[in-house]
Amino acid sequence: MSERILMKGNEAVGEAAVRAGCRLYFGYPITPASEIAEYMAYRLPQVGGTFIQAESELAASNMVYGAAAAGKYAMTASSSPGISLMQEALSYMAGAEVPGLFVDAVRGGPGLGDIQAAQSDYFQLTKGGGHGDYHLIVFAPYTIQEVINIMPIAFETAFKYRNPVVIAIDGLIGQMMEAVEFPYFVNPDEVPLPNWALSGKFRHGYKKNVNTSLELDPEKLEAINWRLQAKYHEIEEKEPRYDYVGVEAPETLVVAYGTVARVTMSALKKMLAEGKSIGLFRPITIWPFPGKALAQKAVNAKRIVVLEMSAGQMIEDVKLNVFDPNKEYEFHGHPGGTTFTPSEIEQILRG
Amino acid sequence: MSEQALKVVIDEELCKQCELCVAICPVHVLRISSKINSKGFHPAELFDNEKCISCGFCAMTCPERAIAVYKPEVEKA
Amino acid sequence: MKIVYERPKTLEKVVNHYCPGCHHGILHALIAEVLDEMKLADKTVGVAPVGCAVMAYNYLDIDWIEAPHGRAVAIATGIKLAHPDVLVFTYQGDGDAASIGLAETLYGAIRGVNVTTFMYNNAIYGMTGGQMAPTTLLGMKTTTSPYGRDPKREGYPVKMAETIALQDGTAFAARSALFNPRAITETKNHIKHAFELQMKGEGFTFIEVVGTCPTNWGMTPVEASEFAKNEMVKTYPLGIKKDVKGSETR
Repeated sequence: MSERILMKGNEAVGEAAVRAGCRLYFGYPITPASEIAEYMAYRLPQVGGTFIQAESELAASNMVYGAAAAGKYAMTASSSPGISLMQEALSYMAGAEVPGLFVDAVRGGPGLGDIQAAQSDYFQLTKGGGHGDYHLIVFAPYTIQEVINIMPIAFETAFKYRNPVVIAIDGLIGQMMEAVEFPYFVNPDEVPLPNWALSGKFRHGYKKNVNTSLELDPEKLEAINWRLQAKYHEIEEKEPRYDYVGVEAPETLVVAYGTVARVTMSALKKMLAEGKSIGLFRPITIWPFPGKALAQKAVNAKRIVVLEMSAGQMIEDVKLNVFDPNKEYEFHGHPGGTTFTPSEIEQILRG
Repeated sequence: MSEQALKVVIDEELCKQCELCVAICPVHVLRISSKINSKGFHPAELFDNEKCISCGFCAMTCPERAIAVYKPEVEKA
Repeated sequence: MKIVYERPKTLEKVVNHYCPGCHHGILHALIAEVLDEMKLADKTVGVAPVGCAVMAYNYLDIDWIEAPHGRAVAIATGIKLAHPDVLVFTYQGDGDAASIGLAETLYGAIRGVNVTTFMYNNAIYGMTGGQMAPTTLLGMKTTTSPYGRDPKREGYPVKMAETIALQDGTAFAARSALFNPRAITETKNHIKHAFELQMKGEGFTFIEVVGTCPTNWGMTPVEASEFAKNEMVKTYPLGIKKDVKGSETR
């Protein structure tokens, strides 16, 4: 099962989803995410699954909504402008507590932007994005292998909390090839149908299931929203994930995720070998943001360097969680599709 | 043997006084009553059981499905 | 005496939120009756729209989901693929199915999605208080066409049943009404036929139902039913527009 094979990132997303037990994919072409749809159109029929090319991202995301409300692992993938269109379904799904997997191969914006790798969807993914008080659970892996490792966790987390989950990648992760292994294969027939699934009453006793995000009684809606907030607090307690590479209590703390964290690694390792007091804090979930862990790592840091392929979005969460105005915060960004080079980052870190 | 005497039985609490049953009745045996239900509507009522032909038009047309219709059983020889 | 007409078992015994005389209640009851007769209530998922029927899930004792505005057929597509053996129908208004959700509805037909769509056509946006719908008749006054619908400004009423019938993925497309017992019986026959076709996997089935909106038309329920019978059907001729299994199953 876990032989190492050379695979492109976008195709690995598809294969990982299949092996995690997903048999329903609804997509709409967009660069740089189209290969995920292409791979699923080829792969799903081989395992008895269904691929549908929807008429729009609105339709694709609502098909995921329907299939997931029916209790099945279902997914779509898109890129930033498409994800903007999917915010409708995401808000409804959060409100109606429907799980589902969305992959966002983030590209430059705003508007049509460009098709290069970017991280400027941080706000729309982690702060709600659509209307209402809600959160998506957002993973931001930095290698293809990490995408693969996260995939089954992403589906399980979505179903555990009945909440949409996003895996945020970018065109670089999608297009590169790496030797990877798939250490799992979930049989979808062995994933039990949840008791809330819409499947006709014959499958879950004789009481009807109703899935809705509508509650016209304001007091009841408030109660629902407080219950949702309690769920989000639980997720914030239990689900933050991060990685840290560096000395125990660094003077310079670098915060970066996804592709940027990966590019940071070579400069970081070089400087660590020189004995510099430095460390890289890499959120793996950008919501829930691993803020407590970050604050601990930042205790002795004089300088906090935030690197993002945006004009500065995650840095707000960094400042909010470190919560110390006496530290020196330094932001370096690439908002628009160009990427940090290892030497550029080395220069930045050497100050 | 049924104890049922009336051919048209109207659930007065479900009735919204729309009068569609009154208008559709081919033998004109329904009318709006002077009673008042908890929602403030005057429910429809059957006022001539004899003339009712149990056609069911009132029940079919009722948007509230507040009406049940009964038909006398044909006596066996 | 024996009972000849009673409340269908699948129709929840609650007072619905529709205005007095609104035909939505008749259509709900017909669907419930057909589900009872076909013994499908435990094998059905309904998709409610945004519009007057937004709370349809309170009225039929089946599984339900409430879809975002216009996306009912997309939601239904997902449910049907998750459980192909389940009967899935969408219950939508004209604004939901023919305006904001036109792409989703039309793609149900283009893709031949094996679900049934009901589109209640009363020529107006009822829930939001009487604005112009894609189906508003020429000359009809609404709060957003206060001088009457002028085709030069507001375009023409959309003919959904005919449009859906043109698509190859459509198994059945019809327009019927609810203004008298004959029309109601015809509508019920269409529902039964559409559900039978869906259970056989024949493709997309679409029933446009000409209904009323006494409140926003400014008429009594009886006047509104007469208007549907005499005026609505001039723009929206009743009848079967396409049926892949016409004579065989009926």
